[in-house]
Amino acid sequence: MAKGIWIFAEHRDGKIKKVTLELLSAGRKLAKETGEEVSALLFGKGVSGLASTLAEYGADKVYLADDDMLAQYTTDAYSKALSDLIMEKEPSLLLIGCTVLGRDLAARVAQKVKTCLMSDCTGVELSGGQLVFVRPVYAGKAFVKAVCPELKPVMATVRPNVLIADEPRAGRGAEVVNVAVYLEKTDLRQVIKEVVMQISTRPELTEANIIVSGGRGMKGPENYKILEELADVLGAAVGASRAAVDSGWIPQSFQVGQTGKTVSPALYIACGISGSTMHLAGMSSSKCIVAINKDPEADIFKVADYGIVGDLFEVVPLLTEECKKLLAS
Amino acid sequence: MRIAVLMKQTFDTAAIISLDANGQIERQGVNLIINPYDEFAVEEALRLKEKHGGEVTVISAGAPETQDAMLQALAMGADKAILVTDDNMAGSDEYAAALVLSKVLGGLEFDLLLAGWRAVDDGSAQVAVRVAELLGLPQVNVVTSLTIEDAKAVATRDIEGGSEVVEVPLPALITAQKGLNEPRYPTMRGIMQAKKKPFQKLSLSELGLDAAQIAPKVKAISYFLPAPRAACKLVPGEAPEAARELCRILRETAKII
Repeated sequence: MAKGIWIFAEHRDGKIKKVTLELLSAGRKLAKETGEEVSALLFGKGVSGLASTLAEYGADKVYLADDDMLAQYTTDAYSKALSDLIMEKEPSLLLIGCTVLGRDLAARVAQKVKTCLMSDCTGVELSGGQLVFVRPVYAGKAFVKAVCPELKPVMATVRPNVLIADEPRAGRGAEVVNVAVYLEKTDLRQVIKEVVMQISTRPELTEANIIVSGGRGMKGPENYKILEELADVLGAAVGASRAAVDSGWIPQSFQVGQTGKTVSPALYIACGISGSTMHLAGMSSSKCIVAINKDPEADIFKVADYGIVGDLFEVVPLLTEECKKLLAS
Repeated sequence: MRIAVLMKQTFDTAAIISLDANGQIERQGVNLIINPYDEFAVEEALRLKEKHGGEVTVISAGAPETQDAMLQALAMGADKAILVTDDNMAGSDEYAAALVLSKVLGGLEFDLLLAGWRAVDDGSAQVAVRVAELLGLPQVNVVTSLTIEDAKAVATRDIEGGSEVVEVPLPALITAQKGLNEPRYPTMRGIMQAKKKPFQKLSLSELGLDAAQIAPKVKAISYFLPAPRAACKLVPGEAPEAARELCRILRETAKII
């Protein structure tokens, strides 16, 4: 008997993350075929107000664990609370966003409940009565379709931006079920001493709809300003290739590629990036790729949808101006 | 301080991936390296040993040729290597790999367990965390800075939009992210010494495991390569015209902005 599709609801600064909304929509589509219920798992302190958003995006039920010990994410607290709930309710499927938090939590929970976990999926589908997961290997240079037929729940982390969130249905309600949390102070071994957030008005790289990225062709740290100006006009995130990071022009957290972040934005604008295999591995799943590079032979043009062969220092500021005009009109 | 490091041998990050006649990932002719994130873990272990004294043991489960990557870790300065290699492990999943590695670690005494936060081949980022759970160790994932004092690890880890500093009691699992350090190159002397260092090879049965216990739960149905992208449309003209035209394309044709 079907036991339900679960979506872990990730939130930050009082807002449900986009990837959670994408997962709720995916969960609803699967539920239509399996006849199961979609439940969202809302963990935190003072977060009950977020339940209505989860309902509007498709949750039939919200399991609410509101507890002082869940106020901050720690692996021990969240993985114990979540695995206790799984063992009590025995869902058939659990989807978690493939974020830093999601990855940390999912692997620990999967081992606690002794099940399989499909990491970093780019697709989930029901085929011949079984759940088939699509996931990249070799940083997206190949993909595998895989199943886990024997264990329950099947767990997967799904990459942000690869599924589409449906429009919310205003006024749609969900049953809120309070979850008892059995945590003792001694269960929690991680102590968070300090949290440092970079103040940025730009979206996070892995969630951004548009990314403006710079490589070796940027020539120096001061020149990133011209990319930032374009990014701000487009509401985009700024990224970088390994060459720029290794040159010390921009922090490592901006790196896109095989040893950096994997991104799937709607638009990736690669400026002065030659397109090494390592870089392409991190961004080739972008829906539209624009390359601006002086070298017409650069490998980036092999994956780009649109290209301008030219000097980025000339082209990018002009592009910023044109976009500004267009968006103002 | 006794430090254990989990490592994996992977394809060179510059490798071009193709499929063989059976639809599996082609392994012929691909250079093999230490998983780059595991290299950060090995380097961190060596630095901690230099500071606090002790011993570094590298541990892996994989094909026989994994010994090459482990010899490199020994040449960098690790003291011992333990490789679990067994024909029955081919096609094993994260659950099985974690079980095997936890059996090895269960027979060792260590204060700290280090590993790369993910491997660049399967990208699944699960095995080390599963090992930590099996052994009851706390974890701090995706770490860019680490200090050890008074039987505690204080680690800075990446979180979305920033970083956090987390303290855990030892023994603990710490997984390495780029930025933690710059791995050293083995010296010629190191390479010569590596061949004389203790290198233990174990089979499943020597760990008290059988093939049934490590049978994969995750089953790959098929592999495929990403669809080739359509040829790039070069936007013609001098910079001002090209910029204007690109902007128009992104609005009207691609409908993104």
